Amino acid sequence: MSALAYDGTAMLGRQLRRIRHNMGLLILTQTMPITMLLFFGYVFGSALAMPGEEYRAFLVPGLLVATAANGIMTGMFQAAQDSHRGVMDRFRTLPISRAAVPLGQAVGDLVVTAVGTVPVLLVGLAVGWRMEGSALEAAGAVGLLLLFRFATTWIGILLGLASQSEEAAGQLGGATFLLPLLSNAYIPTDNLPGWLRTIAEWNPISAVTTALRDLFGNAPVPTEGAWPVTHPVAGSLAWCAVLIAVFMPLAVRRYTNGGR
Amino acid sequence: MTTTYAVLSEGLEKSFKEVRALRGLDLAVAEGTVCGLLGPNGAGKTTAVRLLTTLLRPDAGSARVAGHDLVREPDAVRRAIGVTGQYASVDGDLTGRENLRLFAKLRRLPKAAARADELLDRFELADAADRPVSTYSGGMRRRLDLAASLITRPAVLFLDEPTTGLDPHSRNQIWETVRALKAEGTTVLLTTQYLEEADQLADDIVLVDRGRVAHSGTPAELKALIGSYAEAVVADADAMAGAAAVLDQLTGSRPDFDVERHSVGAVTTDPTLTLPRLVRELDAAGVPLLDVNLRPPTLDDVFLRLTDGSTRAGARDLTDSKELVT
Repeated sequence: MSALAYDGTAMLGRQLRRIRHNMGLLILTQTMPITMLLFFGYVFGSALAMPGEEYRAFLVPGLLVATAANGIMTGMFQAAQDSHRGVMDRFRTLPISRAAVPLGQAVGDLVVTAVGTVPVLLVGLAVGWRMEGSALEAAGAVGLLLLFRFATTWIGILLGLASQSEEAAGQLGGATFLLPLLSNAYIPTDNLPGWLRTIAEWNPISAVTTALRDLFGNAPVPTEGAWPVTHPVAGSLAWCAVLIAVFMPLAVRRYTNGGR
Repeated sequence: MTTTYAVLSEGLEKSFKEVRALRGLDLAVAEGTVCGLLGPNGAGKTTAVRLLTTLLRPDAGSARVAGHDLVREPDAVRRAIGVTGQYASVDGDLTGRENLRLFAKLRRLPKAAARADELLDRFELADAADRPVSTYSGGMRRRLDLAASLITRPAVLFLDEPTTGLDPHSRNQIWETVRALKAEGTTVLLTTQYLEEADQLADDIVLVDRGRVAHSGTPAELKALIGSYAEAVVADADAMAGAAAVLDQLTGSRPDFDVERHSVGAVTTDPTLTLPRLVRELDAAGVPLLDVNLRPPTLDDVFLRLTDGSTRAGARDLTDSKELVT
């Protein structure tokens, strides 16, 4: 385990350096949620029955979670990039912990996400969103958000390692922006037709979004609906536990056996 | 004294879907020697290297590298080897220095930064050390790659086509490094498409064809087996028969003709047939000579003679690609 910690830390260093050398891409991915917040907040905010300010307060937690779900895309793209380059072969011929490379990637991604969350929250405050709960609850909300990001990154790493090429990973990864559309991240699910509403409520993004709205004090927990949405904190933790338990070992195994 | 083998494989087999890349590869590389794995594209050279460096798992057969079983003790093998692949296996997003420091750290070197600097100097990369590797030329990348394989002194170094596509300066540098490593006692297994490279570096050459060892021996043994090509270019078509008679008698092999160039040639394995003797004999027979050659065997000759006919197409492709590269 100490070997994994040591190698993982070295790989985390590698990941953070890579990100630093690709500043342009970093800025682009980090400003995207802010652009979407302003765009959705004022365009949809004017069209929906909900008053604009109220919608933007509703939107901020949703956007944070939708952005966290992009861990699939980022994880996938970076893993695909790695696996189709020779450097992965070098790592595989070194006597290092097998999980170190993907773990370094996942933790590095978490650091970036944590830093990137701050400007989104600040812009949120500027457009009318507020933290109405306690500081402890707010900290819990951010912790939950990062846990969810960690979980989705492992889905991405597995898909990225399994993908045929960097281009294929890029295209499939692009499709993940559809996932939050089928949840309560951008719009309330109350008016969706029954079956669609069920799907949306079982979307992990809905559980985490509801939990954030609850912990930030933006909206009360719904009294009816699917279990993960009516018990959002427990539901979110359960979702994250399941995703990590399934995808992390699969991704590590895929990395270990890659090409063999 | 008994020979200790740094690489010893028996009946290694590996298939990818329908393709049988290796069909029972037996290798024995003595400790401290340089072994050149020579063969056309698709012969199984790269697959062999990927198996022996733990990147692939064999379907059948066994191998020991630096005394450790490939399948049962992969980490012990990994500790003993250095690998430089056909495509640079360094991180393009990082700088050269960052790459070497990372690999040094992963090998638990206490002075990772100092080791990185030392290698950057040795491979003339100090000036480019802080540039991202993606901006490096092919030769620089390959040198960095080799440096990364030498972070700790490996007992066995694997080089998969280390000089393919490199400029002469980078190529010489890699050759020099291989010679220096051998002098330090490192065993080197290299794959190459260039006979000259194997000739320059290898103590033993293993000719791989369709996943098996077709022939092996020292460069001199293989060359003697293949023979040189004696050729006479004569003044006119009428003189070709005379030249052919002399060549037939000297070489004992059937001459072939190139009517357009007025050229007659034959293969010889006779070490006493030198160029001066060839000229004297032809001249004495009154053949009107324009040019005489005694050409050592080329890569084409090796493939065409020592591998069976079905790889001819492969050997041809190889010649074409070599021309494109140079």
